[in-house]
Amino acid sequence: MTFKAFIPLLIFVVFCVALAIGLTRDPAKLPSQLIDQPFPDFAQSTLFDETQIVDQSLLKGQISVVNVFGSWCTSCIYEHPGLMEMQKLSGFQMVGINWRDKRDAGQNWLTKNGNPYDVVIFDPASVLAVDIGVVGAPETYIVDKTGQIRYKFSGALTPEIVVREILPLIAKLHEEA
Amino acid sequence: MRALLLTFLIALLTLPVAAQNAPDYSPEIEIQAREIGRKLRCVVCQNQSIEDSDAPLAADMRNMVRERLSAGQSEAQIMAFMQHSYGDFVLRSPPVQGNTALLWYGPPALLIILLLWFVFRRKPAS
Repeated sequence: MTFKAFIPLLIFVVFCVALAIGLTRDPAKLPSQLIDQPFPDFAQSTLFDETQIVDQSLLKGQISVVNVFGSWCTSCIYEHPGLMEMQKLSGFQMVGINWRDKRDAGQNWLTKNGNPYDVVIFDPASVLAVDIGVVGAPETYIVDKTGQIRYKFSGALTPEIVVREILPLIAKLHEEA
Repeated sequence: MRALLLTFLIALLTLPVAAQNAPDYSPEIEIQAREIGRKLRCVVCQNQSIEDSDAPLAADMRNMVRERLSAGQSEAQIMAFMQHSYGDFVLRSPPVQGNTALLWYGPPALLIILLLWFVFRRKPAS
């Protein structure tokens, strides 16, 4: 037996390892482009007041938890109690982005289920959503005091995610500045 | 009777036009927008372009492409904007760069290596 005889086997093994690594990746999961990038400039009306326009200065000077939701979004209701609990904590503001919704539908949904947000940005045509790379609601971003996006979570938040990832990150961001 | 039926059938032909929901862009912009749209991946239903997809987000992205074209932006600017938000993933044709080098150069390289191997292996025999 020479070494040469093992070459096909070797190639086969390398191939298998490459495919096995490929299997551990989830192609449906998109990497976020905007981690450590400034939150994009925007100018949108708020959900509850058509005449009130908010922009990126809203996110400067304090830590913000930015949550994308819609009255049509079925899994948003699952994370909603958790957001209501987060509202009771201090040290950060809660900003909602009411995405692809009708104004009255969004308002009614928050009236019915409780409003955990300090400010709700109204984004019916995905203008802000596409800018921050939203794929599907709910999505949650953490923005630091300088207006940089530091974290993104796709899907409904769970108590575990909030306790293990979000609150420690907020504590860390407080130490930073 | 036949004329009436014919009129009715011709009238039916105009229905698809009525079904279009964004008729307020010029044909040039529409053609350009479709071309760009076919190069952009719908991030919700990932194997379709935004032109093919029925996802609401894709519809909004299609509108954005048209708005930006109307505002005088170039295809490159629109692609850059989408890439800024969604990364290389949004491009249906992967760009030639470091992490895609194997994808683009691998197959031709393999072909050349195999051809060389084939040629040089046969020489001693002849």
